Amino acid sequence: MTLELKAVSKVVDGQVHIHPTDLVLEKGTMNVLLGPTSSGKTSLMRLMAGLDVPNAGQVFWQGQDVTGMRVQDRKVAMVYQQFINYPSMTVYDNIASPMKLMGVSAQEIDARVRETAELMQLTPMLDRKPLELSGGQQQRCALARALVKNAGLVLLDEPLANLDYKLREELRVEIPKIFEKSGSIFVYATTEPEEALLLGGNVATLHDGCVTQFGPTPEVYRQPVDATTARVFSDPPMNFLPISKTGTKIMFGKGQSAPATGALAALPDGRYTAGFRPNHVEIGKHAADAVEFTTTLTVTELTGSETFVHLDHEGERWVGLIHGVHDLAIGEALKVYLDPRHVYIFAEDGALVAPASYALAA
Amino acid sequence: MEKTVNQKAWFLVLPVLILVAFSAVIPLMTVVNYSVQDTFGNNQFFWAGLEWFEEMLSDERMWNALQRQLMFSAIILAIEIPLGIYVALHMPKSGFWSSFCLVVMSLPLLIPWNVVGTIWQIFGRVDIGLLGYTLDALGIDYNYTQDVFAAWVTIIVMDVWHWTSLVALLAFAGLKSIPDAYYQAAKIDQASRWKVFRFIELPKMMGVLMIAILLRFMDSFMIYTEPFVVTGGGPGNATTLLSIDLVKMALGQFDLGPAAAFSLMYFLVILLISWVFYTVMVNLDKKGM
Repeated sequence: MTLELKAVSKVVDGQVHIHPTDLVLEKGTMNVLLGPTSSGKTSLMRLMAGLDVPNAGQVFWQGQDVTGMRVQDRKVAMVYQQFINYPSMTVYDNIASPMKLMGVSAQEIDARVRETAELMQLTPMLDRKPLELSGGQQQRCALARALVKNAGLVLLDEPLANLDYKLREELRVEIPKIFEKSGSIFVYATTEPEEALLLGGNVATLHDGCVTQFGPTPEVYRQPVDATTARVFSDPPMNFLPISKTGTKIMFGKGQSAPATGALAALPDGRYTAGFRPNHVEIGKHAADAVEFTTTLTVTELTGSETFVHLDHEGERWVGLIHGVHDLAIGEALKVYLDPRHVYIFAEDGALVAPASYALAA
Repeated sequence: MEKTVNQKAWFLVLPVLILVAFSAVIPLMTVVNYSVQDTFGNNQFFWAGLEWFEEMLSDERMWNALQRQLMFSAIILAIEIPLGIYVALHMPKSGFWSSFCLVVMSLPLLIPWNVVGTIWQIFGRVDIGLLGYTLDALGIDYNYTQDVFAAWVTIIVMDVWHWTSLVALLAFAGLKSIPDAYYQAAKIDQASRWKVFRFIELPKMMGVLMIAILLRFMDSFMIYTEPFVVTGGGPGNATTLLSIDLVKMALGQFDLGPAAAFSLMYFLVILLISWVFYTVMVNLDKKGM
């Protein structure tokens, strides 16, 4: 069971929703589509499902060309951000409805409904109507409806976005477990990098209708192919800083410099962009060769165990994530430090030329 | 928690009390007053107790009017609600034509009721009316001033023309509020058009439909102007609906006592049926229909 997209693209009213995209999703994999709002996650899912027909390219299901085949004739299940259930049916009938339409025997329907309800912890609610359930239970019901079909392809379009924090965490843990049991191809769209990391599997990062990178989630996180992917797959977004290399020296901004070591040593001289994640911004000098920057603190956000600091560095806006609660004065100058081992180097066109060395070691 | 007691707060509700007193309670009390008294003129009133109520309850005239009224309301609801839903389902969902349809459909709602009556009164005339003349020319015997069936058809078609848009607009609003994902989900489930209507659109429209039914029921149950202008309650008493009968009694015959008792009972019937509707509606809401 594989789903293969070959140079699939979608244009609506002259606007490109999906640039030509190639993707191969294997049986029994969890595939996360990660990207900001309107980056094309839903459009791509609709193409995968067959809800939309691509303008160009082909979709293969188990090696068979299914481009243009109606969604009704494919084995697809989908869960949405809104809790979509049939409002006038009980939870039981809701879960049973896709099988009834498929013409499954009553006995099997009953068995499968009860099994799925048990899995989704809905057994006590089977006789209730969807609106008598909590949001989390409603979404469980929708998930159960999707799972019960035994569809080869299960599409989850930001299924947890409308849930409150606690329920979201709960379901986040459950979804991979459920997924393991099903053996279907799961596609999960989300805007949150954290969610992608928690779910594991593969990740496809999207930006403006382009899949910028597709691969195992940790690998994409550690070695983003370009600055766009790095920005998408980092929350808060990755910080950037123009640099230049001359000889054995890397020049950061005004005056600061560091020796070009490791992968950097092999780079030709020229201009680059350095990228570093917020959690690598430090306010104390921990590494001997750390580079010091003088910035202005604009905003601080305390989360309890951590502090987000928004910094202004010569017109560039940076965000740092530092441990502990710090009493910092807004508007004051703040010295921050950056370990060169934590820096990604991107070429001027955005392509990654040297990953941070910690990423290579891992 | 300690409660602050401040009796002056009563003054804040005073304006509303005064307004309601003058607009509703005092006029209603004069009706109550008439309903329990009798007069022989000269502004002299005598206590009559529940006599008028008893008389009205045993009066076949009122029961006949009530029967006609219920039949009228039932027929127009049976036509307007399904027709309104049908129209709403087939309206363009967005774009220029959607707005166009909305505007065109609102037009009958903006016409004053006596004008609607006059339009249909002329429209149906056999000598000069487009409808009456055409039907006559086609050889169909249509004369709403003499034929009971024709009179009923005329006032029903008139009401359907006047008010179906309201139902359609409400149903359309209900339909528009259904997220697209529902239709997609149904499509993926391979649900038929009928099932989409039965299990998604109808339950999701239930709230606004109940409001539509309630509004149309109350309005049609109290209808006066349009049938009065078209048929004047005739031929005979065939289209004398409750309010037409009431006006005849109160202003035509000046039977103030019976008319007052009649109108109080009329009021209570409307209140009762509306309350039943409301209760059903709230319960449906709870069930999430």
